Amino acid sequence: MTPTTYRRLELGALTSTAILLVAIIPWLHANGTISNFTIGVWGKYLCYALLAISVDLLWGYTGLLSLGQALFFTLGGYMHGMYLMRMIGDLGQYKKPLPDFLVFLGWERLPAFWEPFASFPFALSMVFLLPGIIAYIFGFLAFRSRIKGVYFSILTQALTYAASIMFFRNNLLLGGNNGFTDFKFILGYNLAAPATSRALFIATAMAVLLAYVFCRWLSQTKFGLVQQAIRDGENRVLFSGYATAHFKLFVFVVAALIAAVGGALYTPQVGIINPGEMQADKSLEAVVWVAVGGRGTLLGPIIGAITINALKSWATRAYPDLWLILLGGLFIIVVLFLPGGIVSLPTRLRSAWQIFRAAPPPSPASSPKPPLT
Amino acid sequence: MKTKVSQILSLGALALSANFGTAQAADATVKVGVLHSLSGTMAISETSLRDILLFTFDEINAQGGVLGKKIEPVIVDGASNWPLFAEKAKQLLEQDKVAVTFGCWTSVSRKSVLPVYEKNNGLLFYPVQYEGEEESQNVAYTAEAVNQQATPAVDYYLAEGKKKFYLLGSDYVYPQTTNLVLLEYLLSKGVKLENIGGGFRKDDSGKIISAGKYTPFGHTDYQQIVAEIKQFAASGNACVISTLNGDTNVPFFKEYAASGLTAETCPVVSFSISEDEFRGLPAKQLVGQLGCWTYFQSINTPANKKFVAGFQAWLKKTSVPGVVKEGRVTCSPMVLSYVGVYLWKAAVEKAGSFEIDKVRAAYKSGLSFDGPAGKVTTQKNMHVTKNVFIGETKADGQFKIVKSFENVYGEPWLKGKF
Repeated sequence: MTPTTYRRLELGALTSTAILLVAIIPWLHANGTISNFTIGVWGKYLCYALLAISVDLLWGYTGLLSLGQALFFTLGGYMHGMYLMRMIGDLGQYKKPLPDFLVFLGWERLPAFWEPFASFPFALSMVFLLPGIIAYIFGFLAFRSRIKGVYFSILTQALTYAASIMFFRNNLLLGGNNGFTDFKFILGYNLAAPATSRALFIATAMAVLLAYVFCRWLSQTKFGLVQQAIRDGENRVLFSGYATAHFKLFVFVVAALIAAVGGALYTPQVGIINPGEMQADKSLEAVVWVAVGGRGTLLGPIIGAITINALKSWATRAYPDLWLILLGGLFIIVVLFLPGGIVSLPTRLRSAWQIFRAAPPPSPASSPKPPLT
Repeated sequence: MKTKVSQILSLGALALSANFGTAQAADATVKVGVLHSLSGTMAISETSLRDILLFTFDEINAQGGVLGKKIEPVIVDGASNWPLFAEKAKQLLEQDKVAVTFGCWTSVSRKSVLPVYEKNNGLLFYPVQYEGEEESQNVAYTAEAVNQQATPAVDYYLAEGKKKFYLLGSDYVYPQTTNLVLLEYLLSKGVKLENIGGGFRKDDSGKIISAGKYTPFGHTDYQQIVAEIKQFAASGNACVISTLNGDTNVPFFKEYAASGLTAETCPVVSFSISEDEFRGLPAKQLVGQLGCWTYFQSINTPANKKFVAGFQAWLKKTSVPGVVKEGRVTCSPMVLSYVGVYLWKAAVEKAGSFEIDKVRAAYKSGLSFDGPAGKVTTQKNMHVTKNVFIGETKADGQFKIVKSFENVYGEPWLKGKF
């Protein structure tokens, strides 16, 4: 396959996926073929796909195993959640203009930092700003000190753990353990309406496609090549005169922003955001999705996130007692037999097929023809 | 590249068909949802509720079911994951079309599924003591309200001549609200503010917005807090009201015993420790300390003995995977789950239909059921009137009942009532 045909095929696949996600599935939902429930959970899987892309951009492309990406995802979710909480207005349990949990804690006036979140543009900018700034500060300190490998992983894990403890506290005035829930409206539209779920699904699908295209583009630029060179041999890159810390910092912030967008879209679709989402195991889960899907490819994490979460949704209903064993078994199989993840399956099958074909004594009749594809 | 596309498509088709592929129920059964965590941190508590529900369904089915239909449980695993709870609730209501759901333990799981039940007009039976401040038309709260646990415990302490009260809890809504209610209640009973321990947090205007001492989930270091309690209790007639949750009770009571404080010098009443918790907690350090619930396994009535024996017999013969058979006990959340199923059955039979609106109307009309802990009556506000018991912990993890309150009305809105 020449590079041009490959590129043409990829473009075709991307366009058809885009049409499927942005037009066909929403259309099937509008005429009732796909239920509200299904479009809701698929919207959720796509949010997880964004988180997985963000992990892969760091781990697969830059060699930075972040075990704290769920923090940025959750922060994005919280920033959007604050807007959604303000939009409940006085329709909460207490029929007061304050979010329920503040009434709960005895507040009569809105704390000052809650004020601007009634504005959607402000909340949207915070979705990017807060996770971005935190990623920048953390990344700056970590990369400047040349923290690498397992130490970097541990620090990211510690960061999300510390943040979850902070968010669990009621004194932070962000809902404590319960977080935010019972959302009613987004931009004036009723969140319970099927059309709103559809619009959110389309927005999420577009975000995933954009993130994919962006990362794909980035990986082919000179920047992307340096990024991958850092993964494969950072010292060589450093001695070639590149300030690797700057490259890593940029990638770290971009990854945080992608995760944050995922979180912001996640909150209205699942209807709750709480500190449980930034606990240590959530970030580990995202790493598992990437590993299962195929690290260092962009399609892999998307497939991994969707497959595992769809499997989880199905198995927690079909086999509530056995689903953990089922998923655990899948992880073990992938690690043992498919180190390249699910995306490597076709290539593996093809090479297995070629070995199989090559095994009988070579006859001139069976000239090398491209099998499959 | 074609393979990549077909991969996505086939994957999508697979998952879609999995979502669509729920079988139609036969006419002779009615689908009932069971929404508890069977894995994750809450599994230790919530699997017991799944077990008791399956036992109850079998008992009812053996008697001919509900309106002539056998109960067909649809069990899902919320996996101690709150967004997953919301997803599973949606699945139960929109895909399985269950007639009713029994489920949830933590407040956050209930808050997570509440909008789903309200949107789909479903009915959820919630069986675990909670903070109140909620009255949804789509939730039947068989749970203890704050006035069916905390305020009776205070009454008991006051009758015992206690004058100083230390408030301690895990930092989440249930302890926070319970303690605010208790603060008002104690002040209304003439207890002075300086005799309420644990500290206060005030807003700008000086109004108290939080009372008591709070520790995060999983907190293990109680040395300082116990020292503070010891100092607080030094003048005598003191007691502790604890809303500490789960595992944190172990280090707390260890430290408490080590410091020399006892049930005689300064008793602790805990609202989150029942018989079932003692399967995982050492009871020895808690001997003599108090519990307050609307059921204890030690209730000495024929109805309770029959219930306990029935559950044990069911455990022996059940083939449901994942059911622990040894060392099982019964506790209040389990009994409130059990009672919930019977109250739902009574409401359905009175309504003559499984339709939610009719069932709700029947439920609100004041139905009674004679359960293992005596008579339980439904109320207009979706809560239930029931008996409250105070018990002393024994070394075997059971409680000796020392006081009971009859027919306590379940009131969710208590702030500002005293």
